[in-house]
Amino acid sequence: MQALTQRAKPVDRRPMNWIEKIYLWNIFKGMLITFKHIFKKKVTIQYPEQKRPFSPVFRGLHILNRDEEGRERCTACGLCAVACPAEAITMEAAERLPNEENLYREEKYAARYEINMLRCIFCGLCEEACPKDAIYLSETFAPANYSRKSFIYSKNDLLIPDPKTQPEEFNIAKGLIEKKKISK
Amino acid sequence: MAEEKKLFKVTIDGITIEVEPGTTILNAARQIGGEVTPPAMCYYTKLKNSGGKCRTCLVEVAAGSTADPRPMPKLVASCRTTVMDGMVVKNTSSERVLDAREGVVEFLLINHPIDCPICDQAGECDLQDLSYAHGADASRFDFQKRTFIKHDLGPYIQLHMTRCIMCYRCVFVADQVTNKRVHGVLERGDHAEIATYIEKALDNDFIGNVIDVCPVGALTDKTFRFKNRVWFTKPVKAHRDCSKCCGKVHAWLRGDEILRVTGRKDKWGEVEDWICNECRFEKKNVKDWVIEGPAEINRHSVISQGHYSGKIGTTKPNDTFSKVMNGRQPKTLMNIHDISQVNLPGLNLAAIPGPAHSTDFDKANQKALPKKED
Repeated sequence: MQALTQRAKPVDRRPMNWIEKIYLWNIFKGMLITFKHIFKKKVTIQYPEQKRPFSPVFRGLHILNRDEEGRERCTACGLCAVACPAEAITMEAAERLPNEENLYREEKYAARYEINMLRCIFCGLCEEACPKDAIYLSETFAPANYSRKSFIYSKNDLLIPDPKTQPEEFNIAKGLIEKKKISK
Repeated sequence: MAEEKKLFKVTIDGITIEVEPGTTILNAARQIGGEVTPPAMCYYTKLKNSGGKCRTCLVEVAAGSTADPRPMPKLVASCRTTVMDGMVVKNTSSERVLDAREGVVEFLLINHPIDCPICDQAGECDLQDLSYAHGADASRFDFQKRTFIKHDLGPYIQLHMTRCIMCYRCVFVADQVTNKRVHGVLERGDHAEIATYIEKALDNDFIGNVIDVCPVGALTDKTFRFKNRVWFTKPVKAHRDCSKCCGKVHAWLRGDEILRVTGRKDKWGEVEDWICNECRFEKKNVKDWVIEGPAEINRHSVISQGHYSGKIGTTKPNDTFSKVMNGRQPKTLMNIHDISQVNLPGLNLAAIPGPAHSTDFDKANQKALPKKED
C-alpha cells in the first residue's frame, strides 16, 4: 500500500531482544527526562499568592469613571447600551438638580446604570463607544459568586471611589498603594 | 384635447426627470430620491418662504437651460432655485459642491456645542446626519463657543439656544400654523437668538410643532426630556379623535409607556400633518390612543435598531410553554425584573411632567425596598 504522506514511518515490528524485554533501560530513559525537569524553570505560578500581570489591553471588570473633582462622568447617552452586542447594559437618566453639581459632571446623568455580568462578553465595545470617558474595562476579573443575582452590577458596584472624599480607597483602586508595598 | 402642460426636463447627476415649471431643484431631486437629493436643514415643504438660509443644499448648475446653456457662475441654493427646461444640475458628482458643503457644515458646527450625548435630538438630528455624511473629521475651531442666557419657554418646550443653527423654521411655524407668534429671532449676527424677548411661555395650541420642525436639538420636548434615548423607544403609528387636529401621530413607546408623541414624519423628516399640544404633551397613556402598527423607520437610522416591521412590537407574543405543559409556568433560573433597579414598577417615567430627578428615583427606591426583602 502506498503511504499517504512522505513522512509516514513503518512500525518496527521486530521481536524485542533481552535488554529491551526487561524494560529497565527505557525506564531509566524516562526517569532521566523527569529528572531534567527539576532543574528547569517552572511554568506554573501559585495563583492566589502569586498573580500574573495583566496586559494593558486586558478587558476585565467594568468601572464607571469619575473626573478629577470626583463627579460622575456618565451622562446616560446610551451609546454603550446600543453598542453592546449582548444587551447587557441598561440605564435610566435623570436631570441634575441645582445642588448636585458636585456629583455629576453634566446636566444629565445616569440615575440607574446596570450591567448584567451574566450577559456581558467583555468585548469592550462599550468602552469604545463611550464619548465621555466614563466606562472602562479594568485589569481585573469579575469575581465569581454562588448566586445569579449578585451578577447584576449596579452603579454603586461599578463606580470608582471618589478621589475627593475617599482618597485612600481611590489610591488603592488605582494601584498606587499596592505598588508601594511591593517595592518595599 | 386639452392643452398639455409643458413639463421641464432637468438632469440631476445624470438622471433626467420631467417636472412641472416652478418646481425647485431640491424638489425635483426629491422626486428622483436617493443619493441625488441634496440635504436641507432650513427648507420645509409645508412652511411657506422657508429655505435659503442654511446653504447645505448648494448645488452646481452646469447648464442653465436649453435656451441659455451657460453654467451658473456660483453654486446655487437648490431649495430656492426653480428649474428651467434643459437644466443640468450637479450635486454629488461635483467636487465644488462637496467641498462647499463641507465648509457649510464646518460653519454650522462652529458654535454648536456638540453635546449629542446629552441632547434628546441625538439619533434623529439632521445636523448629526449632515455632519456624518458631509462634515470633516475634526474641528479647526479652538475658541470659546458662544453661550446665551437661558430663556424659559414654559412647561412644554425646552430651548437650548447654543444648539440652534438659525434655520427660522420655528418662526415660520409660529407665523403660519399658530394664530399669534410670540417668539422670534432677536439681535443679529453672532448674538442672534431665538427668544420671546419678555419671558413668556409659548402656550398656543399648535406651538408644539416647533419641536418637530427643529432640525437640531434647540427646541425639544420637555415632557420627554432625558426620559430615554430615541433609539431605545419604539415608534408606532397611533391616532385618536381630536377636536383640534388630525390626531394622527407617532407614539414613542417603552414597554407600555408612551414616553413621547410626535407628528408623523415622512422620509424627508417632515411632518405629514401638524398636531396640537394636547395630543403631543398631555396624552401619555396607551389607553388614549389607537395603535395602528410600527412606524416606518429608515433602515440606516439608529432608531431602526431592534425595530421590526409587521405586527411585532404592537402585540404581545403568545407564550406557548404553559399551553404545552398543561398550564405550568416555565421555571426561570432568575427573573431579571426581581433584581434589576432599572424600570422599577414604582416609577412611571411617562407620568412625570418634566425630566426625572434624583428625588423621583429615591422615591421609587423606597417603594421598592420593602418588596426586596425575601
